[in-house]
Amino acid sequence: MTYLNSFIFCGVVCLIGQLILDNTKLTPGHITTIFVVVGAFLDIFNIYDKFVLWAGGGALVPITSFGHLLIHGAMDTVNNFGVMGLFMGMFDLTSSGIVAAIVFSFILSLIFKPRD
Amino acid sequence: MEKAAYNKIVKKNTPSENILKNAIIAFVIGGIMGVIGNALVQFYSYVFDLSSKDASVFMIITLVFLGCFLTGLGFFDKWVNFARCGLIVPITGFAHAMMSAALEYRKEGLVTGIGMNMFKLAGSVIIFGVVSAYIFGILRIIIMGG
Repeated sequence: MTYLNSFIFCGVVCLIGQLILDNTKLTPGHITTIFVVVGAFLDIFNIYDKFVLWAGGGALVPITSFGHLLIHGAMDTVNNFGVMGLFMGMFDLTSSGIVAAIVFSFILSLIFKPRD
Repeated sequence: MEKAAYNKIVKKNTPSENILKNAIIAFVIGGIMGVIGNALVQFYSYVFDLSSKDASVFMIITLVFLGCFLTGLGFFDKWVNFARCGLIVPITGFAHAMMSAALEYRKEGLVTGIGMNMFKLAGSVIIFGVVSAYIFGILRIIIMGG
């Protein structure tokens, strides 16, 4: 059942992005940025957590989960250190994605040649 | 004046069916990406006996690797042109943005090329993500109490 839910959730998020892309002058960069902000916004009231429970891994695939994970990492340290924890734990959960993207793209860009 | 006329011509010649087709393709491809993500989470939590939270980290790393690798091979640009938001909105789009920036600027050298330009496209995601997460985090502390 989570497979169907994750198909629907991820598909709908991509559909919204595509509709914004086709009907406005915004670039893909704008859309991914907007989606990260929306993901962080939905986490103020724990709304995104409900999506994660409903859709399983499918809710973590769209870039909206990046904003969600930023806030969740920060909140874990906020519980221990107060407001200063916002600075300390922000990347705790997202570091894997960022580090993987940096390392893989650095190494692979040395191996592969650019194509048009 | 000229711009308005140009926009009119563009609007007339852009078939409305195209938007519908693009939307359906983005929905289906995006949905397939979601299913792949969910399947990877189930797979990792089953094979390595991880909690679903740790397995989702493995899933994100796998998708980022696939995004970088396929971009390096040259397939991914064509797929992105076809599926548009279906591949840009998932985490693969983030990997694709970083990898294509790294590939494009490689000829300018390691430091001045790759090092300085890798975040050219993907940096806005991190910057806006962090700033908005900071502001919304404060709101969340005030509203929800952490």
